[in-house]
Amino acid sequence: MTWWHRLWRRRQLEEQLDKELRFHLEQHASDLIARGYDPREARRQAGLALGGPEQVKEECRDARGTRWLEDLAQDLRYAIRTLQQRPGFAAVALLTLALGIGATTVIFTVINGVLLKPLHYPDPGRLATLNEQTKGITDYRWGDLWAYSYPNYLDCKRQSSTLEMAAWRYNGGTVSVPGEAERVDGVEMSSELFPILGVTLSRGRGFLPEDDRPGAAPVAIISYGLWQRHYGGSPGAVGKPLVFEGNSYIVVGVAPPGFRLSWEPDVLTPIGQNTRNYMQRRDAHPGIDVWARLRPGTTLVQAQTELAVIGRRLAAQYPKTNTGRGFIARPLRQELVVELVGDTRGTLWLLLGAVGLVLLIACVNVASLLLARAVSRQRELAMRVALGASRGRLARQCLTESALLGLAGGALGVWLAATGIRPFVAFWPGSLPRAQEVQLDWHVLLFALAVSLLSGFLFGLAPALRAPTRDLELILRAGARTVAGSSRRLHSGFVISEIALAVVLLVAAGILGQTLLRLSSLDPGIDTRNLLITRTALSPSVLANPARIPAAWQELLDRIRRVPGVQSATMVDTVPLREGNNQIGYWTSAAVPEKHQMPLALSSSVTPDYLKVMGIPLRQGRFFDEHDRMGSKPVIVIDEVMAKHAFSSQNPVGKSLWMPDMPCIGPKGETFYDCTDPYEVVGVVGHVRYWGLAGDDQAHVRDQFYYPFAQVPDYFLPRWSELMSIAVRTKIPPLNLLEPLRREVRGPTGDQVLYEVYTMQQLAIRSLAEQRFLLLLFGIFAGLALLLACIGIYGVLTYVTSRRVPEIGVRMAFGASARDVMRLVLRQSLIMVCAGVAVGITGAFIAARLLEHLVTGVRSIEPFTFAAMICLLVIAALIASFLPARRASRVDPIRALREE
Amino acid sequence: MTVKSDLPQGTLDLLVLKVVALGPVHGYAIAQRLEHVSRYVVRVPQGSLYPALHRLENRGLLTADWRETETGREAKFYRLTRKGRAQLEKEAASWERLTEAVGLILRLSERGA
Repeated sequence: MTWWHRLWRRRQLEEQLDKELRFHLEQHASDLIARGYDPREARRQAGLALGGPEQVKEECRDARGTRWLEDLAQDLRYAIRTLQQRPGFAAVALLTLALGIGATTVIFTVINGVLLKPLHYPDPGRLATLNEQTKGITDYRWGDLWAYSYPNYLDCKRQSSTLEMAAWRYNGGTVSVPGEAERVDGVEMSSELFPILGVTLSRGRGFLPEDDRPGAAPVAIISYGLWQRHYGGSPGAVGKPLVFEGNSYIVVGVAPPGFRLSWEPDVLTPIGQNTRNYMQRRDAHPGIDVWARLRPGTTLVQAQTELAVIGRRLAAQYPKTNTGRGFIARPLRQELVVELVGDTRGTLWLLLGAVGLVLLIACVNVASLLLARAVSRQRELAMRVALGASRGRLARQCLTESALLGLAGGALGVWLAATGIRPFVAFWPGSLPRAQEVQLDWHVLLFALAVSLLSGFLFGLAPALRAPTRDLELILRAGARTVAGSSRRLHSGFVISEIALAVVLLVAAGILGQTLLRLSSLDPGIDTRNLLITRTALSPSVLANPARIPAAWQELLDRIRRVPGVQSATMVDTVPLREGNNQIGYWTSAAVPEKHQMPLALSSSVTPDYLKVMGIPLRQGRFFDEHDRMGSKPVIVIDEVMAKHAFSSQNPVGKSLWMPDMPCIGPKGETFYDCTDPYEVVGVVGHVRYWGLAGDDQAHVRDQFYYPFAQVPDYFLPRWSELMSIAVRTKIPPLNLLEPLRREVRGPTGDQVLYEVYTMQQLAIRSLAEQRFLLLLFGIFAGLALLLACIGIYGVLTYVTSRRVPEIGVRMAFGASARDVMRLVLRQSLIMVCAGVAVGITGAFIAARLLEHLVTGVRSIEPFTFAAMICLLVIAALIASFLPARRASRVDPIRALREE
Repeated sequence: MTVKSDLPQGTLDLLVLKVVALGPVHGYAIAQRLEHVSRYVVRVPQGSLYPALHRLENRGLLTADWRETETGREAKFYRLTRKGRAQLEKEAASWERLTEAVGLILRLSERGA
């Protein structure tokens, strides 16, 4: 019989034990009767010989080896009974814990999904991402890592024996057949990608090696979503045509639902069929990602060594492009998480820290409640010690009780988290990376369980350690109302730590609030009202012929301007406050230095209406007009920041700037890098907070300049046209114009669509979303902390003063007024609060530094915020102490003394 | 009245095993037999017999079932398991070695005196 078996059949065992002993007694008695004893005497003798039946039974129970469990069960029953006796206490404690644990669990669920979970491909640990690595050129974000050039990828793939490689690159475009035209994200990928990732298609087949080469029949795989939207989920979609960017493909497969790389591609085409010039050049880096899987039996280190050898071999073979260029493999998960998660990581850990503080306050609160109870139960506990309970046994019982509380609170908390997690994720500013991975799984449950038990242990420790051992007699004899000094010290300790923790959260919330206020009042540099920003692409049939492009854009703008309600419209490639920028190095003389020594500026190519549409003020000179076109002198307009940076106090108008990376055609024809002609600065305009209201002050590149779209050479026009956006100033709320605009833009072929539509106001609000979100959460946490701290102070003071009633009675009998008594209690509270604030300020300083480091736009410590938040806390604490103080002042001295 | 000595630590288990080894037997019979065997030498408190039986049962040295006695009453009969028999042999052997050694020492000291 195993021990749980024995535990399970406890009742049966008890009955048998009883029966066995009864049999013994009766048998013994009947033997004695047979020897001539009087029956009564016989039973007495038999009982004496066996000893006390209860003691024997107890020893037999001990022999079963299930004692500890029975004790546990007994402790649990006892704990439940004591909690039931005081439902108010139980409810407050449970609610406090549920809030603390629930909030912590929500944040951990997000961290688990976003940062900790492995990738959702089979055997993700053997996946790697590959990059080119160069000596010398470094970038603050990507360091010395580069995307692959296609010929280098092909060579590496052919020569590697440790890695199976696949390549893919972003390829957005318009799907025009079947159904309504739609702009989608796409990907060009090699045929190995699906097998390497272990992706199985929903329908049809993947790409074959023979699809993945120039001149093969054009085939495409579509996403599950596109299949539903454009083919109605019909099983006959495989084999049907698809027109993407004006080219016809035959659909051969449907990807599984939810398939994603860094994003969710809708149209997948074979990369080997791309025969554009940049795919053949070893010095071009057209954004190719290379992912690989380690072959069985090889390690990442072996792969690294092999890549280094291949790198040296290629450098010797192609010295012009590959000198100083190597290849590096890194685990895919780490890389993807960094790329996807980026700045979210800091925010997440920050939130976990904040929520951890709330949980700590909750624990302290429950601890002080429990301690107060333990002190009132001191006589009971002393009695039990006197009756033979060991100190360990009592401590164990206390801890059982708090563990039960912790677990019950944890269960409630997990329930809160389960209901709260979806709204929380939906509420995340922008979109939370890997949001689909954020779920309550067993990692989260384990975390919640650990947190619950740990909290239970934390708040149960103090009462457990206080189980009485010495001076039993004293405790038993003394009245219930004597508070031991050590308990009062512990209580003050609790209040002080609660206040300290609340100070940290309040100051953090204050700093965020003050930051948000300051940032919202900043001038973005443009007039954000009634301004619509949207991307659009010209029909692929137009893009095929660069000479027709300028006229097509002009015609499109004219059609937009004719829509009733539109005031003016302009083209622009990079839009302030939105993602995406184009950084170009400049120099003030013809002696241009190395690339990485030049200052950088944000460049935008625009049409002459840009200034008017955006509402940017002109400071000096002029903006562009229709005379600035191909063939006329190349001109630019700079902003005031760049003017100051490049020309300090001189007048920039009429000056020249050299920018070798600008799209121009040199004397030798189509070359990108040898732009030797200078650009003339014709005007200076106001600075725009391009990087958002929060980020612009701290941005690396703040200089801005504009150049006319009309001066972009034909050769670059197809590429530039893919990136263009349109800004429309309206007379009515801009979103009301969306449908008429869509109709006008669609064009004769019906494949010109608007996508990524925003109002400028939406973009401005979004640029502060992170700050607003953090402020809201910290506000909630700080409010919770304040509330809990006040409840804590109220509880402790009520308890401590109620214990002091006799003393207060004596004081009043000796002439103390109600006011004196109130002052006495409030002073006691104020001392605790001040001590807490003193401790908390140190923590608040650390929190302020962290915020400054992690949240854009937060400036160093503001004394005013500190002072305001601390005042708020002190006032709240005094209000919480007021009730117990008043109650103490109304003590009737005669009754108080009689009670003693 | 004869002065009886207390049972040495651990020997109760050995005695119980030995008694049970003679055949299935209930608790009262074990107590009687022990008393009979050791009437004038050692004192076996009946109260500690049952905890010992239960302990041995839990360690898998004894097994028990409910049967009728000759008088037609239900009683719990104990039997030795295979493991119990091995244990009995082991403990009996070590007991004999111990008593032999102790006896040897005692005789030595007598001769030396």
